[in-house]
Amino acid sequence: MKHHVVLHLVSKLLIPYILVFALYVQFHGDYGPGGGFQAGVIFGAAFILYSIVFGKHLVAKVVPATAVYTTAALGVLLYTAVGVAGMLFGGFFLDYSVLSSDPVAGQHKGILLIELGVGITVASVMISLFFCYSNYAHPKDSDTT
Amino acid sequence: MTNLFGAVMLYGIYSLLSATLFVALDAVDVAFTEAAVGTGISTILMLCALSLTGSRQEIVHKTKPVLGGAAAIALGIALLWGVSDLPQFADPAAPANLHVVPHYLNESMQYTGIPNVVTSVLASYRGYDTLGEVVVIFTAGIGVISLLSGVQRSRRSKAVKS
Repeated sequence: MKHHVVLHLVSKLLIPYILVFALYVQFHGDYGPGGGFQAGVIFGAAFILYSIVFGKHLVAKVVPATAVYTTAALGVLLYTAVGVAGMLFGGFFLDYSVLSSDPVAGQHKGILLIELGVGITVASVMISLFFCYSNYAHPKDSDTT
Repeated sequence: MTNLFGAVMLYGIYSLLSATLFVALDAVDVAFTEAAVGTGISTILMLCALSLTGSRQEIVHKTKPVLGGAAAIALGIALLWGVSDLPQFADPAAPANLHVVPHYLNESMQYTGIPNVVTSVLASYRGYDTLGEVVVIFTAGIGVISLLSGVQRSRRSKAVKS
């Protein structure tokens, strides 16, 4: 895809907005439609678009495969850590009301954190799936990274 | 249809159409997920899979699937017949809207302070389910990663041996 000038230009213009939109969907999910799943997918899609248009090795410089595998696990761990934190503060597993002195503020905090965990895991899994497929299809590209 | 590329494109279009259907049903969160996951990422991943397998189906069934077609039509008629027994869309007296829905709609704002009821149900009331979903995605990711990178490794080691 080295000679597609229009594709290069349009995706260069769009990718920052896709990333910002993903963050908006992530953190505005409490008020509007959206949440961790959608935000993670959109965030991952930006990286996938970049690697389709400009080449996977450039994305692999920014997010190496091992880093994506690690963050995929970290998202699940963040979710369960919030659940365990509820137990440590004297509530049940995944009981967010005890996370703060005010139950409603605790709920807000817990939901924000677990949605973040969902988003991190989903984005990392999507990026690593794409890496896997393209590494398998073009193993030579992966050697250059 | 033996052209799998066409099948993937049809799948994407079908998914986008069902996303618009969800918007028409006022389920914007579901529509958002369908548009992002079903139309976007799934189509890309399917195309990635096609780049590994080739886009033509090699096994072509010569016989016409008469029995299967008849069974599909019969099942379709039975489902349409069953639909007539379902409650009207958005019927407040429907059993599904009488169980926990009034509690969520009336009290989730005081309980979580979050205006989007879908988010408060998914993340707080149904936190276990969402945790399960995230673990499913994580496990599926591990499965695909270990399958594809394992095959690549054996292919390479064969190449080294030969």
